Parts: sequence; C-alpha cells; structure tokens
Amino acid sequence: MAILEVKGVGKRFGGLHALSDVNLSVQENTVHAIIGPNGAGKSTLLNCLVGKLMPDSGSVLFQGQSVLGRKPHEINQMGISRVFQTPEIFGDLSVLENILIPVFAKRDGAFRLHPFETVQHEVAVIDKAMTMLEEVNMADKRDMHAASLSRGDKRRLEMAMCLVQEPKLLLLDEPTAGMARADTNNTIDLLKEIMDRRDITMAIIEHDMHVVFSLAERITVLAQGTPLVEDTPENIKTHPKVKEAYLGETAA
Amino acid sequence: MILGLNRRDTRFLIIVILLTLFTPFLMQPFSEGSALAQFNGGYPDLMAKVAIFGIFAMGFNILFGLTGYLSFGHAAFLGVGSYSAVWMFKLLTLNVFPALIFAVIISGLFALIIGYISLQRSGIYFSILTLAMAEMSYRLAYSVLTPITNGETGLQIRATDPRIFDSATSSGSPNLFGLELSSSFKWEVLNHVFTFNVGFYFCAFVAIIMFYLTLRIFRSPFGLILRAVKSNQTRLNYTGHNTRPYTLAAFVISGLYAGLAGGLLALMDPLAGAERMVWTASGEVVIMTILGGAGTLLGPVLGAGAIKYLEIIFAKINENVLHGWFGFLPDGLEDFIVFILSRFTGEGWHLTLGLMFMGIIIFLPGGLVQGGQRIAAKFRRKAPNDDDDSEHHPKSTSHVAE
Repeated sequence: MAILEVKGVGKRFGGLHALSDVNLSVQENTVHAIIGPNGAGKSTLLNCLVGKLMPDSGSVLFQGQSVLGRKPHEINQMGISRVFQTPEIFGDLSVLENILIPVFAKRDGAFRLHPFETVQHEVAVIDKAMTMLEEVNMADKRDMHAASLSRGDKRRLEMAMCLVQEPKLLLLDEPTAGMARADTNNTIDLLKEIMDRRDITMAIIEHDMHVVFSLAERITVLAQGTPLVEDTPENIKTHPKVKEAYLGETAA
Repeated sequence: MILGLNRRDTRFLIIVILLTLFTPFLMQPFSEGSALAQFNGGYPDLMAKVAIFGIFAMGFNILFGLTGYLSFGHAAFLGVGSYSAVWMFKLLTLNVFPALIFAVIISGLFALIIGYISLQRSGIYFSILTLAMAEMSYRLAYSVLTPITNGETGLQIRATDPRIFDSATSSGSPNLFGLELSSSFKWEVLNHVFTFNVGFYFCAFVAIIMFYLTLRIFRSPFGLILRAVKSNQTRLNYTGHNTRPYTLAAFVISGLYAGLAGGLLALMDPLAGAERMVWTASGEVVIMTILGGAGTLLGPVLGAGAIKYLEIIFAKINENVLHGWFGFLPDGLEDFIVFILSRFTGEGWHLTLGLMFMGIIIFLPGGLVQGGQRIAAKFRRKAPNDDDDSEHHPKSTSHVAE
C-alpha cells in the first residue's frame, strides 16, 4: 500500500523548472531512495513534501490526505519526521532534553500550555526517551550538552529524535553528506539496525551510491526535475538511462 | 518534594525567601553617622523598587532569557499596569487587590495584541516592532488618550474620585485591607536604624510568589520548549511543535509580570505618568536582565537590585561628597580628580552604568550569576557534586540553574 503519493508535482523558480511532472509513490514498510545528479531537484522535492515549499502544480498525498499548504509542524503531527542534511538538534540543551521535546510533541500535539507541570515528574516521557537513547547507544551521554557531541553522535541524536516519535514515514535528506567513509558506514549500520528492529517506511534523498545500494529496496532516479526510472536496486545498477544521467559518475 | 520542587530547587527557593525577608538588614550594613552610612540602601522606597523591578526583569527573562526574543517595548506593559491600578484606586477602592488584578488583566490583553502583531517577525524585526509599539503607546498616552492618562500631569488620586467601595472616611493612600502601605516600623539597635515597611513587605511577598512561579515555568515542559525555541526553531517546527503560540504565550506571560510590576509601582506611589513607558525604560529591563544573567533564574533579580541600588547611591555622590573624600590631596590634584569622578557620579551615573554594562558583556557574558559561579567554583574546586536526586531526572544545564 502506498503511504506517500506524489502526483504530477511541478515547481518553477523563475525560468528554472526545478521539478516537472514528478510522480512517485512510496510503499509502506519499504526504504525508498531518491537519487540523482546535482541539480536534479531532489531537495526541492523533499521541501515540497515537508511543507517548506509549495509546488506550483500537482498533489502530494500522505495516507490519502493532502500535505500541501500545511505547515512543517502539522506535517510532523501527521506522522512524517525529517532528518536534515546537517544535523538539526537543540545544541543548547542536554542530549536527554533533545529527545524529550519530540516525545512531548507526540503526546501533547503542536501546542499545549503546561507551565506548571514539571519535566522531572514526567516519568513515562523520560523512560521513553531513555529507552530510545539506549537503542542508539547514547544513554551514557544523556547529560551532555548536545552542541558538544561529535558529528556522528549529532546525526545519531537527530535520528533518535525522529524515531522516538514512531513516524509513519521518515524522510532523510542526504544523511551522509560530507561524512568520512567510516562515519558513512556507521550511519548505514545504524539505519540497518533501525530497519531490522522496527517496521519503518523511509524515503532517502541521497547522492552517495554506496549508501543507496546498501539500504534501499526501491529507487527512483531523478534527472533534471523529472523521474527517469523507478526500479529495484539491482535493475537500477544496470539501467542504461541511469548511467547516462550520471555521465560517468561511478557507483562508488 | 515540596510545592512540586526537587530538593535542590526547594533549597534555592528558601535561600531566596530568606534573602528577601532580611533585605532591611542586608541593605543597611553601615551604622548611622559613620562615613559609610550613605551607602545604606535599606529604605522602603529603594527596597520596594528592587522587588518590583525584580518582578519586571523576571518576567522579561521568561521571554528573552528562554526564547531569545528580545523585546524593546516591555515598559509599555509596565505603564499600562500603572494606569490600570490608579484607575482602580480612583473608581473602586484604595485596597491593593482590585488594582493589581485589573493591572494584570489589562496588561495581559495589551501584551496579547502587541505580541500577536510583533511575533509575525523574529530577530531584529521583532525587536523593532516591539519598540515601535511601545513608542506608539507612549505617544498615545501623551496625546490622544489624555482623557484616560491625564497626559503630561500624570494620573493621580484625587479627593473627588468616586471610589465606590470605600467609606467616606478612608484615607488617601493605598492600603491592604486598612493597613496603609506607607506605614513603617523603625527599629533602632546598635546604632543602626532598620525600617520595616508594609509596602516593601507586600512587594517582597508578591516577588517571592512570582519567583516561585518562574521557577515552576523554568522546570516545566513548557519552559523546556521555550528554551528549544531559542536553540533551534527549525528543528522545533519539524518536531511537531507550533512555535508561534509558544512564543506568544511567553510574550503574554512576560507582559503579565510587567503589568503586575507596574501595578505595584502605582501602589508605592499612586501616580502614573507616560514617562514610565518611554523606550529608555524598556532598555533598562534589557540591561538588568543581561547584567544579572539572561536565562538564569536569579540573574534578572540580581541585575534589577544592582542597578536600582547603584542608581540611588551614585545619585547621592555629588561634588561636595567627592571633595570630602579627596580633601587630603593637594588642591590642584583634588580638583582634577573630583572633576573626573564627578562625570561618573550624580547626574553622570549612566556613564558608569554604560561602562559597567560593557565590562560585563565583554568579561562575563553570563552576567553576575556567571561571576558568582566562577567564584564558587574557585572555592570548592573538586568538591564532591551533591546531586542527591539525579537518579533518573534530566539535569538542568548550567545556564538554567541558579
């Protein structure tokens, strides 16, 4: 069953057609990668899914409901969480507090005035956050300032912040961009662990072929703002059109 | 667990309560007639001002310290609070409670409107919008709204006021169910004069309650989310929190504190003028908060205390006092030193404040609280941590602790 359906989405920036007639559907409990060379429109597409950009045409349905025109927090409340290209975390807060905030969002909704409750008394919330931290092996760092974490740990923390909400769809925007090979492999392992443990639907925007072929069950290749092919990783590897689009870029 | 606080916070609250209750002693350390007696600050007017501006700064800190939204217009709510309180004195009764309640309600509504408009933008644009709103309020109070504000003269109590709940015999100053706020008890002991004033203790009592509420807000999920607004608004939005109502709630809460402070100012001196809303008054609360330590619990109160105390003390040091101090020097040198120092004292107090503010910003960006923490750290280097209740609780990071 398709959890996310993108139908005929187009987006122009002045004279530039960033996206034109994009059709895409992400099936439940699969890892779907969207790849493509620089400027193919991957990030634009993602921004249309999360409420940052409004496409000029087409529709985006999440579980049959349109996400277009909704604000980022509303889309999150529908069950879509997002990991950023550079980890977006709350640097001034402790690691545990970073996880508490998404748990509160899940429990209390987009806004709740609770000025006279006490964080320390929210035992269920804290337990849930601690379980999550244990799952990503960060329980010992719970009191650390998030800003002082290593880059890899920041990524791990951000992932945990998304996962603790048990999203129906997790969007990852180039989760390994700018990472060293070792960090990239760690991230792949982390994602694989998560996939083994949970029934999760992920859409990954990625440039790194190694990451894509390690994780994805389904791949859409985007070129010049329009989907070229959609297939399994095995077929994509050998697809002539894909090779052409990447113009000699090797599948590293 | 007392009052929903953990052991550490309870201890902290008790210390603050004791400090507040013993202010008449603490601010009167020098005996009468001694050369240092002029540095005593233990008179009711000053002590009450410290409590009142402490409340003002505490509220401002909920907005600025937690969310990072820098408002340059909070004096508007102070002014609105004062006007509202004086109107209650005029129309209903000289009892303090209707005045304070009305001050809080009206300033809250005012903050809701100004906050809703200003929070359409963030960063510097938000600051400019609040500044513009406050200046508009100030100008309106001087011109169009004269029937309500009594323009330049200021709003004051008159014998001809209706005061429908007061009997004809009631006196002409604000009271607490008959107990006049201006009444004091003086205690002379060991060459010291300690003044216990009803008004001060009332303000102190309100300040302690507000401090307790602030502490609760800081430790609540709401407070946590406000700190997240300051840290990373993008992440907060993509985590499913709608930042707009959170920031608006913080804005209104800080407006309520400011209105309450304005109401208390009117209790101590039942006269409300538009100058209370002028932009320098808004700037003063910013300085108090930063000087003490933005985002900390005690910082804003310390900042308010330091500024109000020094303001009064420096105002007293005029050229004659300086000549007295440096009389032992040769004439030419004496005149020169007095000339230099007098630029920084008396009327020149703001010059000293400016230098002090610069020094704090450069050397102690965390304010007086950070200074205190550094000194404390020097004293108990390597002393065992006493976190007796940290088994399964998030530990607060340093800038939200005391």
